[in-house]
Amino acid sequence: MNNLFNYIDRPSPIHRLTGATKFLCLMLWSFAAMSTFDTRLLLALSIASILMFKVSKIKWKEVSFMIGFASVFLIMNTILQYLFSPQHGTSVYGTCTYVFSGLKGYYAPTYEQLFYVSNYLLKYISTIPIILLFVCTTNPSEFAASLNKIGVKYSIAYSVALALRYIPDVQRQFHEISQAQQARGIEMSKKASPIKRLKAASAILIPLVLSSMDKVEIVSNAMELRGFGKNKKRTWYMGRKFNTFDILAIVICALIVVVAFGLNYLNGSRFYNPFI
Amino acid sequence: MSEPIIRFSNFGFKYNAQSKPTLYDINFEIHSGERVLIAGPSGCGKSTLVHCINGLIPFSYKGEQTGSLTLNGKETKELSLFDVSKSVGTVLQDSDAQFVGLTVAEDIAFALENDCVETEELHKRVEKTAALVDMNKFLTHAPGELSGGQKQRVSMAGIMVDDVDLILFDEPLANLDPKTGKTAIELIDEMQEKTGAAVIIVEHRLEDVLHRKVDRIVLMGEGRIIADMTPDELLSGSFLSDSGIREPLYITALKYAGVEITPNMKPSSIRTLSLGDEDINKVVSWYNETKKSEPSDDEKILLETNGVSFTYDNGHKALYDITMNVKEGEMLAVVGTNGAGKSTFSKVVCGFETNQEGTITLEGKDILPLSIKERADLIGYVMQNPNQMISKVMIYDEAALGLVTRGVPESEIKEKVEKVLKICGLWSFRNWPVSALSFGQKKRVTIASILALEPKIIILDEPTAGQDYRHYTEIMEFLTELNKSGITVIMVTHDMHLMLEYADRAIVFSGGKIIANDTGANILTNREIIEKASLKETSLYELALMCKIESPRDFVSRFIDFERTTQRGARIDE
Repeated sequence: MNNLFNYIDRPSPIHRLTGATKFLCLMLWSFAAMSTFDTRLLLALSIASILMFKVSKIKWKEVSFMIGFASVFLIMNTILQYLFSPQHGTSVYGTCTYVFSGLKGYYAPTYEQLFYVSNYLLKYISTIPIILLFVCTTNPSEFAASLNKIGVKYSIAYSVALALRYIPDVQRQFHEISQAQQARGIEMSKKASPIKRLKAASAILIPLVLSSMDKVEIVSNAMELRGFGKNKKRTWYMGRKFNTFDILAIVICALIVVVAFGLNYLNGSRFYNPFI
Repeated sequence: MSEPIIRFSNFGFKYNAQSKPTLYDINFEIHSGERVLIAGPSGCGKSTLVHCINGLIPFSYKGEQTGSLTLNGKETKELSLFDVSKSVGTVLQDSDAQFVGLTVAEDIAFALENDCVETEELHKRVEKTAALVDMNKFLTHAPGELSGGQKQRVSMAGIMVDDVDLILFDEPLANLDPKTGKTAIELIDEMQEKTGAAVIIVEHRLEDVLHRKVDRIVLMGEGRIIADMTPDELLSGSFLSDSGIREPLYITALKYAGVEITPNMKPSSIRTLSLGDEDINKVVSWYNETKKSEPSDDEKILLETNGVSFTYDNGHKALYDITMNVKEGEMLAVVGTNGAGKSTFSKVVCGFETNQEGTITLEGKDILPLSIKERADLIGYVMQNPNQMISKVMIYDEAALGLVTRGVPESEIKEKVEKVLKICGLWSFRNWPVSALSFGQKKRVTIASILALEPKIIILDEPTAGQDYRHYTEIMEFLTELNKSGITVIMVTHDMHLMLEYADRAIVFSGGKIIANDTGANILTNREIIEKASLKETSLYELALMCKIESPRDFVSRFIDFERTTQRGARIDE
C-alpha cells in the first residue's frame, strides 16, 4: 500500500494489539535492551523477539530486504568498533584472557572483547525484529487513532496518516517531473558533477514543491469542508478499544524494564561478568 | 413557497487582495430538491460563488461582502464554516485531493469521525452509504487502486454520509473520460432522487450535464448573473455563444442549417428534441450543400513504431505490439481511458521508458539508442500541468533552460528564445516572472521552452484539460498555427471535441492495444469502438439519424469541415 509502513495484514495476536500498545511496548522493550549488557536477559529477549516474529505470521522473506540492510549496518559497526577499540572488552571486564596464547598485542583477540562484541550484537538481535514487527503489523490509520487515544492531539495524529496517504502521489510526481526535466537536458546521472546534480535536483524540486503547494490548499479546504477541526475530539473509523491483552503486553514490557534495572543493580554495573 | 435553502439578495463580494469586486448584484434562490447548473467562462466568478455557498467565503477567504446570503433563512456570515458544511456538501473538482483517507471506508467516514460518531455506528453508516454508490466491495482499497470514476463515487459517498440539504459539484466532469462522465451525471441524478437534496453542478461541459434533467441553468459572466432560466429557454437564445460557452453540438448544427430554435422544441437534450418537417428539410439541404474535403495522402512518414511492446518493472504489461505512424505535418490525437496505454505510449516514444520489443524510427533512423536528452531534440514532451515543468522564476530563463543545458552559445540562445516567445505570444512578457501568468499562459511558456529545442514533433499530454471553451479554443488555435508552421503535433487526450474538431486523425488505445486508427468523425460514429474505448457517441450522429440522413458519418465529417473552414477563424476574431 505504501512504502514507509509496510503493513502486512494477517490474523495474528500481535496484529490484534492496538497501535499505541505496540508503540509503547516497542519503546519499553528497546529501552530495556539498551540499558543493560546482561547476557542472560539479552539472550532471553532475543529468543523472545524471534518467537514473536513467528507468532505474527510475518515471513522472513517479506522483510528480508530490511533485515539485510540492518545486518550490513551491524557488521560494519562491529568491525569498526573492533578497529577503534579492540581492548574495550578487557577494560570493561577487568581481566585479559587471550584466545591464542601465542598471539598477544593491541589487536590480538581476547575472550573479553569477543564476549563484549557478542553482547553488543545481542542487543540488536533483541530489538531489530521488534522494530520490524511494529512496522509490519501496525495499520497506519489505526496507529494514528491510537496515538490520539493515548493523548497525542488529533491534528498531529492525523497528519501521520495524511503523510502516508500522499507519499505515493508525491513519489509518482517526482518521477514524472524528473523524466520531463531530463528531457530538457537536466543531467541526473552519476556522470554529472556534484554541483551540477545539486542544480538538477533544484530543477525537479521547485516544480514538485510548487505543484504540491497547489494541492495543500485544496486538501486543507477539502478537510475543513468536511468538518476537520470542528470539535476538540474526534472518533476514528479504525479506532480499537484497549483490551486485556493490550494491558498485559504493556505490563510485561514494563516488567522487562524493571528486570533490566534490577540486574544492573545486582551486577553492580551494566555488565554481567563471567570472567571473575 | 417554502423557505429556499440558499437565497442571494443583492449580494456582492470583493476579495481583500483585489481592488474590484468579483461578484455584483447576485440575486437567486435554490429550493429544496432543485437541480441547478451554474455555467460561465473562466474568471466569471463562478468559483467565488461556489465558495460563498459552501462557506469557504467568508471563513477561509477573507473579503468584503455586500447584500445578503442566507442558508435556510440564516445569514451565512453569522454561522461558522462547520455550520454551513452541515447543510452544504461539496464534491471538489480534484477528487484525488478530496480523498483524505488511507482507504475508501476511512474517507467516507471522515465527516462522521469529525462529528465524534462512535466507531460501531461509523462502520454501519459507512457500509450503508458505500452501498448507495456501489463501492461497498472496495472498502479497504487505497486511493491509488481506484479509477477516476471510483474516486468520485467515494467523494460523493463522503458527502452523502451526512444528511445535507444541498450538494455542490465543482466541475465533476473535468477529470473523467466521456463514458465515465456520462455515468457520473447519471449517478448524480440517481443520488438526487434518493436523498431529495438540492443539487448544484458547476460545469462548462453543458451538453454532458444536460444528459439528465436539470431544472435551471444560471449563466454567469463578469461577476454577474446573465441568465437564470430553464435549459430549454437558455438554449433557444444566443446566451451561450455570446458568453463563450460551448453549445451542444446538435444545437450548433441546427443553427448552421438555419433552424430557429424555440423552447417548444425542447432543445435541452437530443433525446427530447423534436423537429418539424420544415426544420428537418433545412438540415438535409444544409447537408447536401456542404462539401466534404478530401484528405490528401501523399504525406511523408515522420515517426514510425513497429511491434512495440512494453512491460513495467512490476510485471504489468502496458503496451502490446503497437504499430503506427505519424505523418509529417500531421495533427494526431491519441485517445483512450486512463490505463489504456496512451500515456505509456508517449513515454516510450520520448524515451522516458524503454520498450522491450519493437522498433521506433524517426525519418527512417532508429531512435532507440538515443538517450532521453538526445530524443528530446527530436521529440518534445509537454506535461499536462505546467506547474510540473516550470523551474525558473523568469519567463525568458524558463524558455532558455533546455538550450542552456545543451551548452548553446548565448547569442544563439537569445535568437532562438526570441523566436519561440514571439510564436507563443509571450515576447512582451519576456521579463515577467512566470508566477504572474494565468494557467493558459503558463502552458504557453512550457510549450515555448520545448519549442526552443526545435523538435520535429511535440507531444502534449491533455493540452486543454480543465480549460473553458474560450481558453480551449485559444490553446487549440495556437496549436493549429504551430502545426501549420510545420511542426507535427501529437495530442494525448480524452476530450472528444478536441479529437473531432482539431485532429486530422485519431489513434484509439484500449487495454494496451490500438483498436482504431481513423478520423475523429469515423471513430465517434462507430458503436463498437465507442463502447470499447469508453467514448461517447456524438449527438451529431443522433441528429443525423433523426433527420433520416443516410450517412450519419458523412454528416458528422461535413459538420467538422464546415466548422474548420468557415467558422473557426471568425470565432477567434471576436
